[in-house]
Amino acid sequence: MTTNTSARFVNIGERTNVTGSARFKKLIMGDDYATAVEVARQQVENGAQIIDVNMDEGLLDAEKAMTTFLKLIAAEPDIARVPVMIDSSKWDVIEAGLKCVSGKPIVNSISMKEGEEQFLEQARKCRDYGAAVVVMAFDEVGQADTKERKVEICERAYKLLVDNGFPPEDIIFDPNIFAVATGIAEHDRYGLDFIEAVEEIKKRCPHAKTSGGLSNLSFSFRGNETVRRAMHSVFLYHAIPAGLDMAIVNAGQLDVYDTIDPQLRELCEDVILARRPDAAERLVDLAESYRGATEKDEKAAQEWRSLPVTKRLEHALVKGIDAHIVEDTEEARQAADKPIHVIEGPLMDGMNVVGDLFGSGKMFLPQVVKSARVMKKAVAHLIPFIEDEKEEGAKSKGKIVMATVKGDVHDIGKNIVGVVLQCNGYEVIDLGVMVPWSKILETAREEQADIIGLSGLITPSLDEMVTVGEEMQRAEMDLPLLIGGATTSKVHTALKIDPAYEGPVIHVLDASRAVGVASRLLSDTQRQEFVSETASEYEKTRLAREGKTPSVLLSLEEARDNYYDAYLSDKPAPPEKPGLHVFDDWDLADLREYIDWTPFFRAWELHGTYPKILKDEVVGETAVQLFADANAMLDKIIAEKWLTAKGVAGFWPCARDGDDVTIHRVKREEHIVLPFLRQQVRKSRDRANMCLADFIDPAGDWIGGFAVGIHGIEPYSKRFLEDKDDYSDILLKALADRFAEAFAERLHQHTRTDLWGYAPGEQLTNQALIKEEYRGIRPAPGYPACPDHSLKPILFELLEAEKNAGLELTENFAMLPTAAVSGFYFGHPESQYFGVARIGRDQLEDYAKRRGVDLETAERWLRPNLD
Amino acid sequence: MSKREELNAAAAKRVLIFDGAFGTQIQDRKLTEEDYAGDLGLGADQKGNNDILALTRPDVIADITRAYLDAGADLVSTNTFSANRISQADYAAEGMVKEINVASGRIARELADEYAAKDDKPRFVAGAIGPTNKTLSLSPDVEDPGFREIDFDYLTEVYFEQAEALVEGGADFILIETIFDTLNAKAGIMAVKQLSEKLGREVPIMVSMTLTDLSGRNLSGHTVEAFWNAVRHANPVTIGLNCSFGADQLRPHVQVLSDIADTLLLAYPNAGLPNELGEYDELPETTAELTGIWADNGRVNILGGCCGSTPEHIAAIAARVKGKAPRKVPEGDNTMRLAGLEPFVLAA
Repeated sequence: MTTNTSARFVNIGERTNVTGSARFKKLIMGDDYATAVEVARQQVENGAQIIDVNMDEGLLDAEKAMTTFLKLIAAEPDIARVPVMIDSSKWDVIEAGLKCVSGKPIVNSISMKEGEEQFLEQARKCRDYGAAVVVMAFDEVGQADTKERKVEICERAYKLLVDNGFPPEDIIFDPNIFAVATGIAEHDRYGLDFIEAVEEIKKRCPHAKTSGGLSNLSFSFRGNETVRRAMHSVFLYHAIPAGLDMAIVNAGQLDVYDTIDPQLRELCEDVILARRPDAAERLVDLAESYRGATEKDEKAAQEWRSLPVTKRLEHALVKGIDAHIVEDTEEARQAADKPIHVIEGPLMDGMNVVGDLFGSGKMFLPQVVKSARVMKKAVAHLIPFIEDEKEEGAKSKGKIVMATVKGDVHDIGKNIVGVVLQCNGYEVIDLGVMVPWSKILETAREEQADIIGLSGLITPSLDEMVTVGEEMQRAEMDLPLLIGGATTSKVHTALKIDPAYEGPVIHVLDASRAVGVASRLLSDTQRQEFVSETASEYEKTRLAREGKTPSVLLSLEEARDNYYDAYLSDKPAPPEKPGLHVFDDWDLADLREYIDWTPFFRAWELHGTYPKILKDEVVGETAVQLFADANAMLDKIIAEKWLTAKGVAGFWPCARDGDDVTIHRVKREEHIVLPFLRQQVRKSRDRANMCLADFIDPAGDWIGGFAVGIHGIEPYSKRFLEDKDDYSDILLKALADRFAEAFAERLHQHTRTDLWGYAPGEQLTNQALIKEEYRGIRPAPGYPACPDHSLKPILFELLEAEKNAGLELTENFAMLPTAAVSGFYFGHPESQYFGVARIGRDQLEDYAKRRGVDLETAERWLRPNLD
Repeated sequence: MSKREELNAAAAKRVLIFDGAFGTQIQDRKLTEEDYAGDLGLGADQKGNNDILALTRPDVIADITRAYLDAGADLVSTNTFSANRISQADYAAEGMVKEINVASGRIARELADEYAAKDDKPRFVAGAIGPTNKTLSLSPDVEDPGFREIDFDYLTEVYFEQAEALVEGGADFILIETIFDTLNAKAGIMAVKQLSEKLGREVPIMVSMTLTDLSGRNLSGHTVEAFWNAVRHANPVTIGLNCSFGADQLRPHVQVLSDIADTLLLAYPNAGLPNELGEYDELPETTAELTGIWADNGRVNILGGCCGSTPEHIAAIAARVKGKAPRKVPEGDNTMRLAGLEPFVLAA
């Protein structure tokens, strides 16, 4: 191997990047550094002139992984001979890396994202460590997407750096390569804008270099290596003459421009140079024929591709591969007497295999949802033929009407159940969210449904489900009613819903049970047994409940006497920044760092704590795949700015007044009362009967509130659904929820360290944040410490949340958009979460008075806490 | 004029002379443990701790420095090669680091000023910082290549402490010398940059690499050019090579560095290779002739000696290069230069 001492265009190896290489990530996560070092060696052998090392992975201690790896490759002369690119979005990781590299490395990257001061400070440090820097075209406003912005930001950064003595030859600009052919018209010029920007930047910034991460470009063609390689080669073919000096690429996988299939090459060129409006569409169409052609998969691919068509369909369904589903379905159709036989025959057989595997715990929800995507595509292909022949639709195993009840907008769980049922041959009529009982009943009747399924997440939905049951009874229906959703329970179903409706009522614990329940309910032989079995089980539950001595309640007066006696001199100082703080567009990349992944996996019914779940013997592999898909989507959400995080926080002077907290709005000379509930269950030993008001000083104190929401999901969700891609849709919704929670966490941190500022020096890891190892709490209306959802309108009014965070409330106080969190801030060091649990009539009456509502309304609001 | 400008101005006129070794000179004086230990009351034997003599026998250090100034040295170094917390720990003298360096700096400063006042020729003091006996780039444990005995931040602190005391004592420059590990040198550079920041003025850096094999790499594996790329951010007032082997073997590497480095070039080789008894027996005339050729060819700006060299060697070199034109420092260009163990240059 000869030494490259001088180069014109530089290939930066991308394989030692956990965000770019699944294999490398697996090695690092598995602590297999020896093999990971071999990846670096191969890259250098394959011609990488610089190797990019990136350990940015939520689950990794990136600093440790970075330094460990850099120290190890320092001991390998074959690798260490080339310069290193220390790649991280976290400055701490970069700096840790700089302390381990003995040559002159490149830092990737710094930017003006956080303003000039931090930018110059980091540049100065890079220089003191003896490193060149990649400067991202990113400023206080955001990432540059147009040519003008790219050039403007780079030129500004260049002037700043050079004026501050930074050597121009040590600057490398990365004007952001974004994905093209995404189907979004605004993205069409991304490739061309980059190339043109490079040319202009090179003119305006003498001696500076340009670089880019190439794999982003072809993001839309993930899994289609042939097309990706062609796009990369074509892109470089045009970008290098424009002045591109280096790019992060898979050094072993660049095609020679001239050897690319001319048709593919031309379409790639159309896309990259934005030569025609339908360029993306044309390339997408052509790309299908190259799909799945990765070298690694080729062998396996060939094997299953040579199976008979029914087996191919089964394989595609089980593996969730949609690359050939249309052609295979078509082949099966031509061989079948009638198109419907394809559905009833091989497709259903394949789905039965999926159902069996799922039922026996050998497949997991994310995989099943992918299978459903394949199934839907196959069915969609057959529908026109079926209609042509005026055939009856395929005979499904049964028809199920599903809905999220009125007042509630949460539908991830319902969608998952819907997909699972469809996978198993049931026809699902999904009425969506906020569906009134009348619509549910009407549809069930019109469609001659076999089952009705209800879903809900917030506690008021439980009442709404009872209402649906009552109305079904009134309408003298007898079809089974399935109940599901996070707040539902067997006990609630047995106690409240089952008695309201004489037909079968079944609580379905999670999606994996849905199929079993549906099939037994619709089976002639098993139905009777199952229904009576369940009924008697619920009867037992009710009896147990009645016989059970309920926990002893204190009188409200006694409970108040046993209040939590907080040490009031410890109350936090008044906020540094009182009043309202509005955040129109919080950086999603920042929020990503605050994501708590455990609930994400739970949403997919993968149980276990993150990060341990990734190594779980049973679900680990699925979790890893799901996690990778989630991160890939996150990359896209952030890079292409799909979503907007809007939020508002505010702080108000207040005082405790019994169980109320009274807020003084000085300017408006008005008082707003926040009535809280007190625990009434008799406590053992000297434990207090808590109420949130106990953490507030009657002599004057402060309270805060916040509301955050994630906006902009609709067009993407719509696109996924049009594409029959439930998997991506559910993934997106689950991620939006995670973003909302992460935003709440982040904003709370910002409140503690800055806005309120009672813990300015707090330094907590994300793990510690998730464990709530900080001072102060942020209870949300509708959760155990503050169970009454109806406090939300008051909170929203205080925050002007509709105007400031774009949030709305339904009549049952669910927030819209769904991915939203709101709550109060308590800053007292002793403030803590607790559950109000059961309360007595006396408190209900007292509360009704304090809220100024009639007893019935108060009862409706507090039902989950009443007997 | 700043010291950097003064040195550049002097070096533009002629080949300047740097001093020679302290170690062999001290050995010749056959000092006893009492000489070394003085009345410091340290908890370990001090014999062999040459640097502590600045406190216990300052006269010895002053004599040697004076001898090099008499031999014609324009720059003298402080006798502080091991006066850092890591190396001094071997003598239980880590608490003396500041005192040693301040005292050593003062000795060199006073003499330099004394000689400059005599003949109106500027004299410079290089505060010498050795590499310590620990390495940032290599694992001492063959079983565990990822292990390191020290880390960058700690070594930076160690260097900072020493550099600050040297400047307080009167050093004009900080000479990071005998660099066998490039990363150690980068920690040294960081320390001096931090010091400059603290003082609010530039403390110019002199950087000198040592080669461990004839192919021209140091212990951490860097070639001369890769090394230059890796330390260029120090904006060193001199770059060079020292110790290694004798001038004969060092020649090709001096030539490489001379071609690329856009700053003054300082070379101070050993007085040949040691004989079977570990003694350096290259005659002053021989050293002078071998290094003199570099001056003849315009390859160097400053010449001196390392292990085994004596005031006689320095005097011989000074005589040999007298009247020779100094190396012309090449113009810097704006080429991107990176480095792994090997240099990486991106054509402009």
